Amino acid sequence: MPIAEELAKKQRQISIAEFFERNKQILGFDNLTKAMITSVKEAVDNALDACEEAGILPDIIVKIEEEGENEYRVSIEDNGPGIVKSQIPHVFARLLYGSRFHSLKQSRGQQGIGISAVVLYAQLTTGKPTTVVSKIGSGFPAHRYELLIDTKRNMPNIVNEEILHWEKKSGTLVEFHIKGKYVKNRKQSVYGYLRSTAIVNPHAFIKLIEPDGNEIVFERVTENLPKQPREIKPHPHGIEMGTLLKMLKETKAKKLSSFLSKEFSSISSQKAKEIIKKAGLDENLLPYEVGIEDARKLLDAFKKIKFIAPPTDCLSPIGKNLIKRGLRKETMQLSPEFISADMRSPSVFSGIPFLVETGIVYGGNLPKDNKVEILRFANKVPLLYQEGNCVITEAIKNIDWRRYGLEQKGGKGVPYGPAIILVHVASVNVPFLSESKEAIAHVEEIEKEIRLSLQQCARKMRTHLSKKEKKAKAKDKFLLITKILPAIAEKVSNIVGKPKPSLDEIITQIMNIVWIDDSIEEDGEFLKSTINVTNYRKIKHSFYLFAEIPGKEFLDGVEPEPERIEENYIMWHVDIKPKEKKSFAFRLKKESEFDENNLYIEGLNPVYVIGAEKWEGE
Amino acid sequence: MDALKELRKIAEKIYDDLANARVPAIQLPSRTKSNIKFDDRYRVWKYGSQKITRAANTLAGAYMLLRTVYTLDFIRQMIEQRKTSTLRELYYISEGWGDAKFHSQDESDKLAEDLEILTNRLREDLKLRPEEDGARVIGDIVIEEVTRKGEKRRIHCQDDVGDSGYSIPYNVEKEKIKFIETNADKVIAIETGGMFDRLVENEFDEKSNAILVHLKGQPARSTRRFIKRLNEELNLPVIVFTDGDPWSYRIFASVAYGAIKTAHISEYLATPSAQFLGVTPSDIVNYDLPSDALTKEDIDALNSELSDPRFHDDFWINEIKLQLEIKKKAEQQALAKYGLDYVTDVYLPEKLAEMGYEM
Repeated sequence: MPIAEELAKKQRQISIAEFFERNKQILGFDNLTKAMITSVKEAVDNALDACEEAGILPDIIVKIEEEGENEYRVSIEDNGPGIVKSQIPHVFARLLYGSRFHSLKQSRGQQGIGISAVVLYAQLTTGKPTTVVSKIGSGFPAHRYELLIDTKRNMPNIVNEEILHWEKKSGTLVEFHIKGKYVKNRKQSVYGYLRSTAIVNPHAFIKLIEPDGNEIVFERVTENLPKQPREIKPHPHGIEMGTLLKMLKETKAKKLSSFLSKEFSSISSQKAKEIIKKAGLDENLLPYEVGIEDARKLLDAFKKIKFIAPPTDCLSPIGKNLIKRGLRKETMQLSPEFISADMRSPSVFSGIPFLVETGIVYGGNLPKDNKVEILRFANKVPLLYQEGNCVITEAIKNIDWRRYGLEQKGGKGVPYGPAIILVHVASVNVPFLSESKEAIAHVEEIEKEIRLSLQQCARKMRTHLSKKEKKAKAKDKFLLITKILPAIAEKVSNIVGKPKPSLDEIITQIMNIVWIDDSIEEDGEFLKSTINVTNYRKIKHSFYLFAEIPGKEFLDGVEPEPERIEENYIMWHVDIKPKEKKSFAFRLKKESEFDENNLYIEGLNPVYVIGAEKWEGE
Repeated sequence: MDALKELRKIAEKIYDDLANARVPAIQLPSRTKSNIKFDDRYRVWKYGSQKITRAANTLAGAYMLLRTVYTLDFIRQMIEQRKTSTLRELYYISEGWGDAKFHSQDESDKLAEDLEILTNRLREDLKLRPEEDGARVIGDIVIEEVTRKGEKRRIHCQDDVGDSGYSIPYNVEKEKIKFIETNADKVIAIETGGMFDRLVENEFDEKSNAILVHLKGQPARSTRRFIKRLNEELNLPVIVFTDGDPWSYRIFASVAYGAIKTAHISEYLATPSAQFLGVTPSDIVNYDLPSDALTKEDIDALNSELSDPRFHDDFWINEIKLQLEIKKKAEQQALAKYGLDYVTDVYLPEKLAEMGYEM
């Protein structure tokens, strides 16, 4: 046998294990802590994707047990659709095997090297096989496999295989033994990853059992499954040579012109002819006969021609309300004072549709002197590493946060203050900086969308803060007239030995306003908003009071009888004498996510009002 | 008991405001550098005509008034019960005043000063005394002090005291101490304890026939009043010897011209004829003294002094400008560079001769 052939054989023998060793960083196993997170992440991402595709509300249980020095048993169980028997060994014990590799569809799985890398990592560090149990529905048996990877051939090595009874209707359980390290109390941890995951997957129930037996539950906050992302065909502006060649080979089209119009988005048969003409090719050419040279001509022609943007309805955002709910649930113990969220409409870079959503949490017990916490997500998967290199961080740094109420040295850099900033980039093809998929590359269109979205949230935050400041000033006055002034009167009367004078007139002089304060409290299945109006002026007033509501459909009861109820507001007529106090209230259904009153007045000079702004019309 | 009458007047003013539906308010002179004016009659710096109003239409103003009425009620009770309290005790007493409670001693100290101004009475008349212990004195002078038991005791401030000297009590008025006789012909006031002890050890009080007074940094009221009485009653010139930095010049200014904080009683505390001996910026150059670079705060303080009316004379303007030029400062004890006796054998005799004193 010629030496070259022998060498080649040897090369192949070591290739997979060696490939893994060489690419540990890329695969996310470069240290013990990260290996632990990556192992959990791959399995959980798969579980979420599978459930979403099957329209099942995910119940996921992650259990981690210590088996020895830096050695753990990690199991992840879901209630997904399960995997058909014949596929199980291939999905778990073959590297780079999967259906998603070339599809243009927003999915989590696009991001990792895949679950098989975890199986290989387990095999290389502890030598133990990975156990998989899966069941595809009631009436079907569950299959249990113990799998290793035949690293010579990149094929499954089935160590054991059996059928068993499993109570579950359907689902998959995977259990591996790995070298790793379990850490707590930091963002880069299994807990940190799951907490972030729970925020952007409010439809999921996730339970974490830590090595010390501690159980953490991330509850489901919505029963609504996210919209199923739609698969789309590639856009001619986003295509690369390799993909084009592969597509030419795999297409069922018989002619170059029909290949172009059928396999791409935004190419009509008219456009196809234009492209072929520009490339100087024959439209009747068989696609699989197109070689590299001709493919290059096609790519050049793509660049010279204008196309309509790709369809953008293929994206599945989390949505404003759910981001708010997710953030509220996961920051509940910090009792933040303000949460806002924003969603941009879809946009396109290099022919690839994408969409940005953001959220800001402010105040409460969040640390005041630290840098804000940044939660980055790509296709609903948390990005935990390489924060400094990510376009999300860059966009945040380039906003002057001082204008919105956070501290920032020189108006640049990551701001300081009691806040959490969340950014989610959803795309059929997230442009990661490198194969490790931990940071998003600097794409101008994406940075711009992130900036615009964050500014929208930040403006709401500023409005909230200035409202709060005004209220604090008003509270000061309130304290003054209700406590301090009476105390002065009491003491001086005592010193001079005269009766306590009446303070009513001074109080109206000092206040000289109509004071409006409000509160929102839970009331069973509802949120009840109460508005108190007190007239601290010397004259009586007659004006209109408007309260913003998120939608008429949430409304349940308004007191007293209002003048009008419109889709987005309630309007009362208020007649109030000096020193009089009147109350107004309404109830909204809880799912309205109502968390802050926006009150307006008409018919009274706003300088005499604290607690409401001037009504500017609808 | 006219302090009582003055206190009652303040309470009545506030009561009348309330009874007549006016927002209660009191007026005080503004206590800033821009509001001190030279008083020709007493030749000291006093508050000018700028006033600030503390009114109950803001929360801070209302709190201020509440504390004021509580404090004056407290003083009223002390006067009636013939008690006194320290400023610190006043601060702690307020713990029981609910909303009128002070949040720091600085607040209560300032209010005590406000009340002095409003009642035109001294702190002592309001039965409040400072925490600080008196500074030390060594020199050829006989003082008669009325002790706490009411006995009159005569003390010779060289023969009857140890090396740490006679300690100035907080009350230095005539009913407490009298000057019986002295053979000294000048008073030298010294900023630091180290230098005071050096002069004592080198017997400079005897050699130069001076009464040495330790200022202990920014001098207490009693120290300044004591120096003023030595100057006024015994006709002794007062010479001030401090470090060579902007903070020390302020010590001199408070002895000579009055401090901004106590400008309402400047004529009572300040010694307008006091002279500054050193260490001057010129001394740093002439004696080639070991020095430190000026900090940013030092430079700011020097510039602030250039705009302070108390320093508006040729001597100070030239010296301060020189210091800003050489960017250096020196301590009194830097003179030890030339030996422990240099200050008493060379520096002080030379400087005193320059100022026209014979040794």
